[in-house]
Amino acid sequence: MPEDTLFAEVLDPANRADPYPIYARLREKPVSRQSDGSVVVSTHAAIRSLIFDPRLSSEDLPPSRRPRTGNPIKDWLLNPIKDRIVTAHRPLIFRDPPDHDTLRGVVMREFSVTRVQALRQRVERDVDALIEDCRGRDEICLVEDFSYPLPVAVICDMLGVPEKDEPQFQSWASQLATALEPDTRHDEASRHRTAAAFDAISGYMRALIREKRRRPTPDLLSALAAPPPNGKPAMGDFDLISTAILLLVAGHETTVNLITNGMLTLLRHPHEWDKLRADPERAPRVIEELLRYEPPVHFRTRKALGTIEIAGHTIPKGAPVILLFAAANRDPARFADPDRFDPDRDDVQHFGFGGGLHYCMGAPLARIETEIALVALSRRLVAPRLLSDPPPYRSGASLRGPEQLGIGIGGVV
Amino acid sequence: MSGVDTPGMIVVGASLAGLHGAEALRLNGYRGRITIVGDEPHRPYDRPPLSKHVLSGELAADATELPQRADLDARWMLGQAVIGLDRHAHTIGLADGAVLAYDKLLVTTGARARPWPVESGGTLGNIFTLRGRDDAARLRAALVAGPSRILIVGAGLIGCEAASCCRSLGLPVTLIDPNLTPLARSLGTWVGGVIADCLKDAGVTYRPNAQVLRFEGDATGRVVRAHLADEHVVEADLVIVALGAVRETGWLKAAGLMADASGLTCDAACRTLDADGAPCPDIYAAGDVARWPISLYGDRLISVEHWGNAVAQGGHAARNMLAPADDQRPYDHLPAFWSSQFGINIKAVGLSEGADTVAIVHGSRASRRFLAVYGREGRSISAVSFDQARWLPAYAEAIRIGGAFPPIRDASDQDRIVSGLPGFPPPRRVSGSQVSGSQVSGSHVSRSDEARHA
Repeated sequence: MPEDTLFAEVLDPANRADPYPIYARLREKPVSRQSDGSVVVSTHAAIRSLIFDPRLSSEDLPPSRRPRTGNPIKDWLLNPIKDRIVTAHRPLIFRDPPDHDTLRGVVMREFSVTRVQALRQRVERDVDALIEDCRGRDEICLVEDFSYPLPVAVICDMLGVPEKDEPQFQSWASQLATALEPDTRHDEASRHRTAAAFDAISGYMRALIREKRRRPTPDLLSALAAPPPNGKPAMGDFDLISTAILLLVAGHETTVNLITNGMLTLLRHPHEWDKLRADPERAPRVIEELLRYEPPVHFRTRKALGTIEIAGHTIPKGAPVILLFAAANRDPARFADPDRFDPDRDDVQHFGFGGGLHYCMGAPLARIETEIALVALSRRLVAPRLLSDPPPYRSGASLRGPEQLGIGIGGVV
Repeated sequence: MSGVDTPGMIVVGASLAGLHGAEALRLNGYRGRITIVGDEPHRPYDRPPLSKHVLSGELAADATELPQRADLDARWMLGQAVIGLDRHAHTIGLADGAVLAYDKLLVTTGARARPWPVESGGTLGNIFTLRGRDDAARLRAALVAGPSRILIVGAGLIGCEAASCCRSLGLPVTLIDPNLTPLARSLGTWVGGVIADCLKDAGVTYRPNAQVLRFEGDATGRVVRAHLADEHVVEADLVIVALGAVRETGWLKAAGLMADASGLTCDAACRTLDADGAPCPDIYAAGDVARWPISLYGDRLISVEHWGNAVAQGGHAARNMLAPADDQRPYDHLPAFWSSQFGINIKAVGLSEGADTVAIVHGSRASRRFLAVYGREGRSISAVSFDQARWLPAYAEAIRIGGAFPPIRDASDQDRIVSGLPGFPPPRRVSGSQVSGSQVSGSHVSRSDEARHA
């Protein structure tokens, strides 16, 4: 098979369960042009170099475009204005400096270690309650019963989004998360659905922000929405809305995968499962290795603002550039025995949270949630076993994770 | 060489480079004897905090000891100065008369602060230099005593960092330097002007274009004022002399090596050269003391007084010490340094020497947040960032491959490339042995080579 269609194989849902052999073939050429004009970067060294390159832009999201409605005022006046606003105020993962830095700075001030650490007890309580709910059953679906509800509850709590509204935004959130998938970007109908979901969730957030301004609560959204004591607000309302949506969506879509991938990987390596159960102190090592071995986000797309020479290859100006983090995480030039899951390795400088200036803001929160979840699961589930391996996967190739993870258990202690 | 009954390896200089060299010997599998000799009584310590956190009191001087990455199992001979080397006998001599034999020698004796000339008041009380841990402890104690005015001579990296610290302690500071701006030798006056603005904002009395001729003391022998070349007088009861460093090569005077106060000359493999220019297979050098040909800049001989070089070269020299003669790898290093002063994090890569243009490629000088690239004959040779280090690795890579100037266009976060003349002062006419009080060296590269040919 010619190399220039290898990435199409990555996108093919048939390869979702095990894309790693394709990654290995992609790595043979650190920078490879695909037939669709995109460039895939798959080695650790090349990605490391590119994430610090100012010619790689994150403003790669196609402009928002709402579907025709037949109503000329909507089609020729209102919707184009809305599209322009949405495009100009994209979430900060799709923005470049200096705007990106301003927005990120505001969020990071509030997304503090203190705030994250304060959630620890809340996470422990939620984890215990979710496991308790599994009592009396001999089969559970980890995604539905555990790894989806946990991060949703936590990010809702942190942001100050009422958890009872979760059924409302669940489908919006999963539609918006597809913005990371190249297939969606090329598919007109899917882009229309994304625009509709964005409209709906924006309306919801706008109302919530108004409410937070009226009656502030000790949560992140109230802090971001609060007018500063002097001077103008740190971010305008359009940016505030897109930032709030980003935090809500990114706050759980990714962590679901990390926890589920973690459980799947540990059950595939029963020896590591036993070691974690015997020694919860191993959890940080297990999680870092997980982020390398089965990261929740496999790639991100950027755009080349100029011609870039790298590793003997040329990335042409304007090309979409796919940074295949999950392939770099298995690069034998960087990691010894990369396809082995080994929490004891000392060298684990992974791209599990991306890298460079877009490095995951939620990394500390994801680590805490996953650590508490995996430790509790390992101690409380009796004799868990995978009901099917591989499990069915969600459609996303970038946000990659099991749709369901059926586990047979001998009880809960 | 690896047997326990042989003399083994001696590292002269219990420094950052020496420690990394010794560690690299072990990490590369050397099981024989390692002896580390140091003239200070301390285990190897980290210098960068001395002119920052130690002066400001955030860190005690004795809390700077370096961690060890490997079980060295070394014989430490601390507080023992080395006074001589006999290459033919394979021995070094210590100040207490002891003679130690070696199989191979790694010289990491570093440099010492250039002192103020004795005849111009150099022995007066309350005049300090800042190089070692004990210097920093003494200076810190003197700062705590609350001097009424501090005079800093030399606006290089150390002088500016010291000025920044003293101002943060609320102490009045006068800074005197012969160049037009601070950091003129390392960054040029175009970029150095930004630090001049910082000095002003921080309330430092800054006197560019000025030279101190001599210090005057009171009846008790303590410094009270400085007399300048322009006949002005500056009152000061504490003086920090920050005029750069001279290499610790005095003990090699009779060794028959190519060594003087500007360094111990090596080949590309870190092997020292004898007086005829032939490499000595048993004597290596690394860190501040070593002068070596840097291939990226046309094999110019340089010595680099920076942390990263000490680490990398110490390790590289050790690797070559263990390798056979036909596998001596050349040392390939892109010099880099960082500094923090006036709340700004400065990072630089490459050698800006000889630059004919400098361009701001991100940010602006007015915002004091920028990345500047230096060019020479159309190629990018170095870069510096002020609170804007995020893209520096991309520029470092461009410099490493000798990319065009400016190397990166069509970048995000890049408005308009503004360029100017870097404004480097003319090379100093000084060789290391002729110390002149008016010479300022805050710069990171020895320029004695150019000076000799000037």
